Amino acid sequence: MDNSKTFWLPEKASTFVDTVDPAFDLYLWISIFFFGLIVILITVFTVKYLRRRPDQLATAQITHNLTLELSWTIIPLIIVMGLFFLGMKGYLHMRVAPSGYMQVNVKAQKWSWGFEYPSGAINDTLVVPVNTPVKLVMTSRDVLHSFYIAAFRTKADVIPNRYHALWFQATRTGIFPVQCTQYCGTNHSYMLTAVKVVEQEAYNEWLATASDPGKGKTPAEFGAILYQKRGCSACHSVDGSKAVGPSWKGLFGRQENCGAGGMIMVDEAYIRESMMVPTAKVVMGYQPVMPIFKGVLSEREIVALIEYIKTLK
Amino acid sequence: MIAHVHHENINYLKASKGLKNWLVTVDHKRIGMMYLASILVFFVTGGTFAGLFRFELWSPLKNFLTPDQYNQFFTLHGVIMVFLVVVPGIPAALGNFILPIQIGAKDLAFPKLNLTSLYLYWIGAAIALYSIVAGHADQGWTMYAPYSLSRNPSVLWMMVAAFILGFSSILTGLNFIVTMHNMRAPGMTWYRMPLFLWAMYATGIMQIFATPVLAITLILLLMENFFGIGIFDPALGGDPLLMQHFFWFYSHPAVYIIVVPGFGITSEIIACFAKKDIFGYKFVAYSSVAIAIIGFVVWGHHMFVAGQSELADSIFSFLTFFTAVPSAIKVFNWTATLYKGSIDLKTPMLYALQFLFNFTIGGLTGIILAILSVDIHLHDTYFIVSHFHYVAMGSTMIAFIGGIHYWWPKMTGKMYNETVGRTAAILVFIGFNVTFFVQLIMGSQGSPRRYYHYQDQFQIYHQISTVGFVILAAGLFMALFNLIASFFNGSVAPKNPWGAKTLEWEEADSPPVLYNFKETPVVTHGPYAFETEKA
Amino acid sequence: MANATAGLPEHHVAHHFDTANQEFDSIKTGMWLFLASEIMMFGALFVGALIFLTLHPAAFREGANHLDWRLGAINTFFLLTSGLTMGLAVIAAQAGQQAKVRMNLVMSLFLASGFLVVKAYEYSLKIHHGTLPGRLWHGEGFHDPFVHVFYGFYFVMTGLHGLHVLIGMGLMIFALTRASKVQFSRSYFTPIEMVALYWALVDLVWVFLFPLLYLIG
Ligand code: HEA
Ligand code: HEA
Ligand code: HEC
Ligand code: CUA
Ligand SMILES: [Cu+2]
Repeated sequence: MDNSKTFWLPEKASTFVDTVDPAFDLYLWISIFFFGLIVILITVFTVKYLRRRPDQLATAQITHNLTLELSWTIIPLIIVMGLFFLGMKGYLHMRVAPSGYMQVNVKAQKWSWGFEYPSGAINDTLVVPVNTPVKLVMTSRDVLHSFYIAAFRTKADVIPNRYHALWFQATRTGIFPVQCTQYCGTNHSYMLTAVKVVEQEAYNEWLATASDPGKGKTPAEFGAILYQKRGCSACHSVDGSKAVGPSWKGLFGRQENCGAGGMIMVDEAYIRESMMVPTAKVVMGYQPVMPIFKGVLSEREIVALIEYIKTLK
Repeated sequence: MIAHVHHENINYLKASKGLKNWLVTVDHKRIGMMYLASILVFFVTGGTFAGLFRFELWSPLKNFLTPDQYNQFFTLHGVIMVFLVVVPGIPAALGNFILPIQIGAKDLAFPKLNLTSLYLYWIGAAIALYSIVAGHADQGWTMYAPYSLSRNPSVLWMMVAAFILGFSSILTGLNFIVTMHNMRAPGMTWYRMPLFLWAMYATGIMQIFATPVLAITLILLLMENFFGIGIFDPALGGDPLLMQHFFWFYSHPAVYIIVVPGFGITSEIIACFAKKDIFGYKFVAYSSVAIAIIGFVVWGHHMFVAGQSELADSIFSFLTFFTAVPSAIKVFNWTATLYKGSIDLKTPMLYALQFLFNFTIGGLTGIILAILSVDIHLHDTYFIVSHFHYVAMGSTMIAFIGGIHYWWPKMTGKMYNETVGRTAAILVFIGFNVTFFVQLIMGSQGSPRRYYHYQDQFQIYHQISTVGFVILAAGLFMALFNLIASFFNGSVAPKNPWGAKTLEWEEADSPPVLYNFKETPVVTHGPYAFETEKA
Repeated sequence: MANATAGLPEHHVAHHFDTANQEFDSIKTGMWLFLASEIMMFGALFVGALIFLTLHPAAFREGANHLDWRLGAINTFFLLTSGLTMGLAVIAAQAGQQAKVRMNLVMSLFLASGFLVVKAYEYSLKIHHGTLPGRLWHGEGFHDPFVHVFYGFYFVMTGLHGLHVLIGMGLMIFALTRASKVQFSRSYFTPIEMVALYWALVDLVWVFLFPLLYLIG
């Protein structure tokens, strides 16, 4: 099978391709037919019946023809009913995951993705085995987002305080982009990650190491990993450049102007508070958009992050 | 009464002078002209925003806008184009001017109400403009909760503006329907009404029944912002999907509020410049009404990936397909009207034929979005962006511009330069299709909309699109200057330059007198009673 | 300007109408269409509330139980009776009995104010108990975590309805001033009929609001 992209559709990498692409192609031909028909008729009539003398009149006033009217009512009706069933069939398949699927929990936040595996592994990219149904149970920590893998032809909104599921089965290994398609603010277009489809053995190996990311690491090293995996990197730089949030470089021990909150000296307690109740003290010059991490980060992770921030001089 | 007498035979432009007289006028023709001018100003404004972000998209990296500015610009573009340009658009400007004349009335049923809607429009527009400086509105025209619940003052003002504009729209629709029911001239039966009026009727129904739902949606959003009433806000236990249902319950009918008037204009122009009676008059008339009715039950097709139940998705998909039928009826009937006609490719006709071309593409790309499985892939990509520009810009605005050219001699009493008009029309056609056809391809390739930053592979499409925009803008400005120039030094327009058969051409002067007709016309024939060539 | 001694006043048909009948029909069609759009506005809220009811029936019931149905019933009585007196005002206007018109208008105004007084009392109870919507909520002793959404609907719906009552009263006062100047006659009483129609809508909405908010549960 040729998996590369065509003129209209992107590369193919999941079982849904088999239902979506043929429907798209079939419809493309139907459209070309009707569009072509209309354009040809307009052109022919215009050329043939073009007014050549200023006072020229029409050659006939045909006001109606029931047979014609009925045919262009009924034929499109039949076609669209066919399209409906075609679409619904494919869609129901996309909505109901087959048994024996593997589940991953997805947490979306401005502007990053977090994937949590039953084994306890957390990661900022999605790693899945090939040819296995995977079900994603998704929720958002702030506003609406949408999870979209073009190569898989699938997409679903991610909603705060609700779980919305989506499943797929990848048909080949590779790395495919994951995009956010529900508008979610400033960095909506940077809310990207990837799905990495690997062989089953490679997946098992990956899962074993990923399930315990802090193992054998110092808290500061673990914190550096969390900085990526927990999505802090979407808003905080570590090199001093200003992003959506203040940079972490030289943060520890810095004096921050928190407007009404006054000047604040950044210490462990303040960093902890910034993660648990971000709106408690908002640094001047920034919007109060940081997600709440209370109940999300474990005690061990909080400590690790603080230790990591301390190292960023 | 007596005070009016000596005005009766003076054309409406000259009847009284001075800005003040225009601002307090209740004459539907003057109100229509003021609407027209305001709407065009906003069209240029909205188009300018589009131009700014189209240039930003020239390369995937930052060119000259920040992500926040980009988001604000497409929000302003969408809000201005929808609420200030296309929704009021044809009805408020051309409908206001033409409708009473086409049915042989002296004015709309409620002239003061008409002026009120104009003022509401201005107030709404002023607030919308104020919201630009009040902060940064970046919620997108769809205003989805909870993103729109940020208590950002600018977003709030924008909601207030949309609320007020909604009332302006309801009052216009109401005025039109009452007028059509009660003010028709002797002999003007329903089936002698020009198809433009049937379109206005269908539009009026949708304005009256759908817009209040927008009003309540905005009230709830404002309450949610101010008091946190918890109906939409998931953080308070509310339901963000409910907000989407409310929004689309209005905004889907709104897309037909947008396009149906365009159908009306197209019918007038095609009949007139083919010198043919419209093929299947009743089918064309009732299909507008059918679209208005079906339009109320399909809103859920915007929410196929939003988390509705499978049952709801299937039902909405099923119902959506029915919109294809009345639309097909129209397209085929217009095409058939050309058969054996005497076709004159004057400027308005060029726009009407463009309408047919673009609407067919726009409509066909709408149907593919109703195919559930395919929409999962296409939702919120540039494919959608292209679809709705084909129907809103490529169909409605094109018909609007065609209509302005068609009725320009009647409205101003001046003829514009035909060659310049046609050249502009051709530029617009090329520019529009270059801009938006490539968006179909990049959309189905999976390029999401509302993206400041995009994958490198899409750069070439974006660049073609931006080049298209330049051609389109050149065409539009050319058309505009041609019209404005004619206003000052165009030749004087005859009463009926196109040889049309409807009342505004046959009975009213160019420009019409204060109360439209010197005496109430009596209608004796249908709107397209053209003769045939003697064999 | 007509005054009380001038006998039957004359009504001028606006210049763009041909006959008084045409004018009257137009106004009436317009009013009906306006009411239709009002119904859509309230209808949307009702549908929203019903969706919430199906999603969280327990919350809805608990919220509804906490409202005093007797106050609601008194208000229903006030509104229905005022609907009746408005109807009587129209009948009197048809018969040209100007004094009766005025009397019925005053009665209606009186009943409408009664409605507002009771409503204000209810609101003050809510504020006292802290049963306010969403973020303002500080009610105690409730079980379901979604009760505050019920109050969200309660306040928006009754608030919007209350606003309509106020507007309706404004219109009645307007009709009353015109009636006291005897600007109506047997052949012209359109404003009274229009106010009555509007008031019928206010009644109608309440007739649905009352069972939805007070009686379910
Ligand atoms: C003027 C405005 C306008 C019009 C007329 C239409 C017309 C239609 N639209 Fe469109 N639509 C929009 C404006 C409009 N739309 C906007 C603004 C959005 C996006 C909003 C946003 O998210 O920001 C949108 C989005 C949108 C979606 C949601 C996509 C998504 O977000 O995932 C869908 C899905 O069903 C849809 C469907 C349709 C259909 C079926 C029609 C039909 O009415 C089209 C019918 C016409 C034809 C079919 C052509 C003529 C017929 C023939 C030539 C006969 C042969 C045809 C067949 C046999 C099929 N539209
Ligand atoms: C009817 C409504 C309408 C119209 C007419 C347009 C017109 C245009 N639109 Fe827009 N657009 C929307 C409604 C409309 N748009 C909406 C609702 C959105 C979604 C917003 C959101 O996501 O929230 C959108 C989004 C949108 C996007 C996607 C942004 C994104 O998702 O990131 C793009 C990108 O190319 C775009 C481009 C354009 C362009 C190039 C035009 C051009 O056609 C503009 C042409 C106009 C001019 C160049 C001005 C010059 C005009 C004159 C001189 C007047 C001429 C007058 C006479 C002849 C009488 N629009
Ligand atoms: C959506 C963007 C976003 C994400 C994701 C994010 N933050 Fe923040 N953060 C901000 C913003 C904006 C501020 C400044 C405003 C404020 O103080 O709330 C901030 C402030 C902070 C501060 C205080 C900094 C100072 O200069 O006083 C700390 C500490 C912090 N964040 C830690 C984190 C950690 C740890 C994570 C990830 C686990 C994280 N943030 C994820 C946006 C974000
Ligand atoms: Cu997240 Cu867009
Ligand atoms: Cu729609």
